[in-house]
Amino acid sequence: MRLGTVSGSRARGDGALKLAVPRGALLEGTLDLLDRIGVDTAAVRSGSRSLVFDASDLVLVTMRPSDVPTYVEAGAADIGITGKDVLMEQRERAVYELLDLGFGRCRMVLAGRRDDDSLAEAERRLGAMRIATKYPRAAEHHFSESGRRAEVIEVKGSVELAPLVGLADGIVDLVDTGRTLAENELEVREEIATCTARLVANRVAHKLRAAEVDKLAGRMREATR
Amino acid sequence: MTHRIPPGTRDILPTEMRELRRLQGALSAVFERYGYGEVATPTIEYDEVLARGDERGAPVAYRFFDADGALLALRTDMTVPIARLVATRLASEEPPFRLSYFANAYRAVRPQRGQMREFAQAGIELVGAEAPDGTAEVIEVLSAALDAAGLTRAVIGLGDADLYRQLLTELDVSDERREGVLELLAAHDLVGLEREVDGLGLDARASETLLRLPNLRGGAEVLDEARELGGAAVERATQRLAATYGALIERGVGERIHLDLGLLRDLGYYTGAILEVYDPAVGHILGGGGRYDELAGRFGRALPAAGFALYLERVHIAQAEEERASFTSGEQVAGRGVAR
Repeated sequence: MRLGTVSGSRARGDGALKLAVPRGALLEGTLDLLDRIGVDTAAVRSGSRSLVFDASDLVLVTMRPSDVPTYVEAGAADIGITGKDVLMEQRERAVYELLDLGFGRCRMVLAGRRDDDSLAEAERRLGAMRIATKYPRAAEHHFSESGRRAEVIEVKGSVELAPLVGLADGIVDLVDTGRTLAENELEVREEIATCTARLVANRVAHKLRAAEVDKLAGRMREATR
Repeated sequence: MTHRIPPGTRDILPTEMRELRRLQGALSAVFERYGYGEVATPTIEYDEVLARGDERGAPVAYRFFDADGALLALRTDMTVPIARLVATRLASEEPPFRLSYFANAYRAVRPQRGQMREFAQAGIELVGAEAPDGTAEVIEVLSAALDAAGLTRAVIGLGDADLYRQLLTELDVSDERREGVLELLAAHDLVGLEREVDGLGLDARASETLLRLPNLRGGAEVLDEARELGGAAVERATQRLAATYGALIERGVGERIHLDLGLLRDLGYYTGAILEVYDPAVGHILGGGGRYDELAGRFGRALPAAGFALYLERVHIAQAEEERASFTSGEQVAGRGVAR
């Protein structure tokens, strides 16, 4: 039989709804929100190394924020919480975006070196800016939407380094307070988007478990108002 | 040494092929029972022929030139080739035509997402039968096909492709803004939709209609809830849906139907009813279809039409998951796994 070769992640089961919970910067806001709607988050907060937690009418599955769309699209999680920046970077993922949860607010910006004209000059003289970023697809999309050309360079670590040593003319990155930018003598040149945490749903779960999904989304909407 | 195959394609070995053939046989028996004769068309078509059917539709994965320099493409589905066939090979015959197919199709998708560029479809086309009866017949065959595949828990989502286009016209939304709203609806980005609708400058009632409709899904009650929102476009769409739904109840397949006013499919040729197939054991869509009353006309023979296509490999995965679900829960589900 083929059963042995089919990965269990495809199965959605019929038990409690599975909620993909982002670890990292959005974890605290997510757990606070869950507390407010009466979901028990003590086990997740205990610092346990487990990845899956049973919270009575929800199963909480913790993962990297950038993995949330992957799990939700495949139906391995019915619903999930992740940042708009992640959704912008994974634009082609077929997940339903149900709700702006408001927390985890930050801005995606284009930044260049302070008192330095190399961004504008690269565009003027060379026809394209060199942009370092962890969000290559969101950056490409932004520049092509505004009719400009950019040579997007993907980096994994500290993006601020790239313009300091001449890898790029500017960066596209997430900014919270702007302190990291300032410390590296960078300044915001353009706002690309405001990113907050979003509630997303698997397409099939949104149809077949409509009442449960709507009820949970409604409670979250009330709690974030 | 390893010899590669192109991304998004795969080899099938005997164990899987045996199961796929058994599934295909079960579906084929259903199609025959309802009088749908099997057809085959070329895997390659002229690119312009495919574009005539569906210029905004599924992206072509492979294009190439023949020895004469003509641009060819691998078909992206069977609906467009069959519309061509009806207008040409069956030009002198009397409709309705009941046709079925088992065929590979090709689309430019990103293979990393578990979608294949080459995939097998099983489906039917009913050409020359109007809504709502033609639609209801197609859905009845679809329901029987799901039963034959052992997917007794599978659900058919039924929506209306014209609802939002007509509603946005009624609300006097400019063409440019309309495309933006339709894109957000197709992606089901409700956060973006709320922002876009806020910017349209509509009155409160119209805004509420646009924001609430995509969430109305379920049984017959959603038609009443939609009607309460008001407006001629909503009224017409709910009437169309109610007529199809009524015909389905008469045919005994009403229980399987999940009415969904938020349903939009991404192929450009749909008019009126649209369908999607779900199974609770898997997170992706098993197939879809609907009405395309204008498609055959683009090939010179205006005939109302409807049909569906099941993704054969995904149905097979759903069979395996259902089998596993019934195994782990200790229940024996009737028609478990592969068709009887």
